[in-house]
Amino acid sequence: MRNQTATQLLFEMSKAGRGTIVFPKSDVPAVTSIPGIDNVHLATEPLPLPEIAEPDVVRHFVNLSTLNMSVDSHFYPLGSCTMKYNPKRHERLARLPQAATSHPYQPEDQIQGLLSILFEMQGMLAEISGLPGISLHPAAGAQGEFTALLTAAAYFKDRSEKRTRVLFPTSAHGTNPASAALAGFECVQLAGGRNGFVDLDELKTQLDDRTAVFMVTNPNTLGLFERDIAKVAEMLHGVGGLVYIDGANMNAILGKTRPGDFGGDMMHYNVHKTFTGPHGAGGPGAGPIAVRDFLAPFLPAPVVTYDAAKNEYSLSTPAKSIGQVRTFFGNVGILLRGYFYIRTLGGKGLREASENAVLNANYLLSQVKDFLEVPHGDRCMHEFVASARKIKEQSGVTTMDIAKRLLDYGFHAPTVYFPLVVEEAMMIEPTETESLQTLDAFATALRTICSEPADLVKGAPHSTAICRPDEVNAARKPVLCWSAPEC
Amino acid sequence: MKPDDLRFAKTHEWVAVDGDIATIGISEFAVKLLTDIVYLSLPAVGKKFSPGESMGEIESVKAVSDVYAPIRGEVIAINEDLPDNLTLLNDSPYERAWILKFRMADPSQFNNLFSYAEYQKYCESATH
Amino acid sequence: MPYLFDTPEQRRHMLDAIRIQHVDELFAQIPPEMQLKRELNLPPAASELALQQEMEQRLGQGGTLLKTCFLGGGVYDHFIPAVVDEITSRGEFYTAYTPYQAEASQGTLQAFYEYQTLISQLTGMDVSNASLYEGGTAVSEAVFMAMRINGRHQKVIFAGTLHPEYRQVLQTYFARLGTRLVELPHTNGVIDPKTCRAAIDAETTAIVIQHPNFFGCLEDVAALTAIAHEAGALSILAFDAVSPGLLKKPADYGVDIAVAEGQPLGTPLQYGGPLLGIFTCRNEYIRKMPGRLIGKTTDRKGRDCFALNLQAREQHIRRDKATSNICTNQGLLALRTTVFLATVGSRGLKQMATLCHQKARYAADLLTRIAGVSLKFRQPFFREFLLQTPRPAAEVLGALADEGINVGPDLARFQMTNIDGWQNCFLVALTEKRTRAEIENLAKALKEVL
Repeated sequence: MRNQTATQLLFEMSKAGRGTIVFPKSDVPAVTSIPGIDNVHLATEPLPLPEIAEPDVVRHFVNLSTLNMSVDSHFYPLGSCTMKYNPKRHERLARLPQAATSHPYQPEDQIQGLLSILFEMQGMLAEISGLPGISLHPAAGAQGEFTALLTAAAYFKDRSEKRTRVLFPTSAHGTNPASAALAGFECVQLAGGRNGFVDLDELKTQLDDRTAVFMVTNPNTLGLFERDIAKVAEMLHGVGGLVYIDGANMNAILGKTRPGDFGGDMMHYNVHKTFTGPHGAGGPGAGPIAVRDFLAPFLPAPVVTYDAAKNEYSLSTPAKSIGQVRTFFGNVGILLRGYFYIRTLGGKGLREASENAVLNANYLLSQVKDFLEVPHGDRCMHEFVASARKIKEQSGVTTMDIAKRLLDYGFHAPTVYFPLVVEEAMMIEPTETESLQTLDAFATALRTICSEPADLVKGAPHSTAICRPDEVNAARKPVLCWSAPEC
Repeated sequence: MKPDDLRFAKTHEWVAVDGDIATIGISEFAVKLLTDIVYLSLPAVGKKFSPGESMGEIESVKAVSDVYAPIRGEVIAINEDLPDNLTLLNDSPYERAWILKFRMADPSQFNNLFSYAEYQKYCESATH
Repeated sequence: MPYLFDTPEQRRHMLDAIRIQHVDELFAQIPPEMQLKRELNLPPAASELALQQEMEQRLGQGGTLLKTCFLGGGVYDHFIPAVVDEITSRGEFYTAYTPYQAEASQGTLQAFYEYQTLISQLTGMDVSNASLYEGGTAVSEAVFMAMRINGRHQKVIFAGTLHPEYRQVLQTYFARLGTRLVELPHTNGVIDPKTCRAAIDAETTAIVIQHPNFFGCLEDVAALTAIAHEAGALSILAFDAVSPGLLKKPADYGVDIAVAEGQPLGTPLQYGGPLLGIFTCRNEYIRKMPGRLIGKTTDRKGRDCFALNLQAREQHIRRDKATSNICTNQGLLALRTTVFLATVGSRGLKQMATLCHQKARYAADLLTRIAGVSLKFRQPFFREFLLQTPRPAAEVLGALADEGINVGPDLARFQMTNIDGWQNCFLVALTEKRTRAEIENLAKALKEVL
């Protein structure tokens, strides 16, 4: 039933002379000669963009869309990515005029409604994290990490302390070391933690007056709560360092515990994970950060402030601000969706969402652990990491094979081969917006796959339009752009 | 060349010496670890390196690693066929897949490197 | 929770399967002294209806709808064809994630491959990535990339006509790395290539040019690029995403890396975010590129398909040696731009760019007929120009806003005090949306205000 014509490349569909009329004729006098532009800057030939009539454009993209799995169409237990339902109500709200069409240089008195919401959002994120200083500025979680590290660096500089090292456990997200390197720190990776937790003895040997920040995800990337987190924080603070909480897994602990309460000094939120956002095939995100009061003066600009006497919201720059890390205020469109979510759930609802996320993950864990190894125990937070190590030893079927076979059963694959500390890792995160029926169906599919003939699984997926792209050849001779065939 | 005739660096480069000229490549062990190599970048002739400095990058689908200078010296030749024939790294790691030739600044550094037997022992311990 | 999935019996069944009595037991992993003993202090849950009503009150008015928008400075009030909204809001695109599983993401992957191709066609550059955050960070990422290419870390030269926020981002990104950021002063609103020649040296990694620049003027990109290349430095260009519809493409000037804010091509303003960072370069530099790349390849059965490519450069594999820390791309906005460009096509973009230019010329002509009003810089411009009036810009803009017209930003906003009469200068930007009547109304209002 696939419409192969419509899913040709746009460029193959194009024919000179086709097109769509979008813009009106000019209502101002035509400009004939352009002194200083004509010979120097004017384009000499038309752009080679495709020419296609709108109905064909629509058919093209609608057909392409059917080649995707998405949260709206499939269970998507992609661990660490928190693929929860994206409420439709948020989409309509985000299209309200002041939210969708405000220009970043529009005078503040024209956008008081929007600024009041952003101000409220700052307060909400402070309450949820237990950390009072908020910046909504960073464009995504990774930029939040980078921004918080720059904030910490500015704080240390202000205190005339030379601290050069950022530490993290092996299970850290790749963005942690990448952000630390970008912020000009030396990256120190801890080797230990075989049982899935930070190894305190090893941490101790690495701490000294060069230590700036310890970056840790909590709950960690194995889906476990770092039980010694208070001790970790005490050790860091003991040498004058700071604790950064990678907030990727905040969805597990909303209203249950707060980074500020377990020793964190700084953190970022991934709005699309902890609250909601459309995910949108990989973005956009928003990565607001929360910090302790003594770090707040260094936060990036701008922040929203409220003058109660005048009942007026405005933008301001913190006293010792590190400046901007991006253009304009922030990813307002995504922040608003997070705000709508918090408003829809309230304090009690957020707590219930975390409870359900953790309940769903533990239930799924209980349903798969008899046929799939789960190396780090039979309790988890909102996600768990299974391993196909034994299956691979017995039949040669790998985690990747199982992941591909799940697609045939109508489920998106879990995150595979992360974290690096688990062999043949399969990181499963059901989220709170899935029913018991879905979880059971997924567990049944996984169980079936584990007993299927190895050849069948290794040949998967069988039902998708394509099967296992050749990544080696793709990387050896990259083709990143269509080019017109030679005639 | 047989691996027995070569010396090896901890960072998995091999070295063969002829007078003050060293030929450098990547060990079979390292190539296997990286799996399918998709890209190799080489330094320009005339560049000088100290031991441990990155001379270029080797990339597989799974990883990018640096190629480090095992000894001090100056690049006098690079294997220009190699970037377009990366399977040579798998097929002929110690012959046709040589990466570059060095004029050694201090030939005695050669003796600081592992013998093949020592290197094998090192690789074994590194994988456990 | 607004959505009720499981009945009490089903929850009981789940708890039994885990062998616990109450869901609280699952949180026993959290030491008791760290557990929050109270409810979060947040507004109570709001129903869909209640929230809709409240938000209509608070956000239902304003934006650019209320006023006529002549605001510029990097993002603009452009028209977005309905097809862009309709297509991108399809759940299959909208709620998918990063295309890690190529078989389950061919829709997204092909659309991004088309995006990369369209951006290559727009810029003439060999390669586009699948997008970065926005124009300002794209500039900083370009400088990092230049450093990886030529190994020079000491010095970056940037045009004094660069967007002040882009410059701010550069300063934040490089403040700790010991890189010297050298500003090229402008001469009458543009960079004189001679100043560039005097400032560049063998330590310079790249020059950063904006064209059309922050003041709207056109730069001699080709000459500046030639000077950069003579010194072994790279030429980085931030361009206006609409300009190739009328003006030369970035590649025509010989630049090495071209970046842009892609918002004008189908993305709503949203108070400045999320936006779209367009990022392109020459073929030989692809392995030094930040961000995600989609490649065409074949599958096991030899069928053409698309997959993430060159991932080994990225942070999830290369960690502290990655080409960038960026994990996301601006997927939805890249899709918007793909649909936008596919719809308007070559002729549509030319028409759009021409309308912007003609209206800007018409507006500049009308406005400078008012006594005391002049172009700050007598230079060719594309769609935006800097206007100087006898009164402080803050007062003028305030008075115009009262008349229902938004103009700006003014230079005072950025403390651009190195320009004579900066207090009295502000930008005026035109898009295809502004009508002749609106432009004439602006001229009338400005005359009255003055």
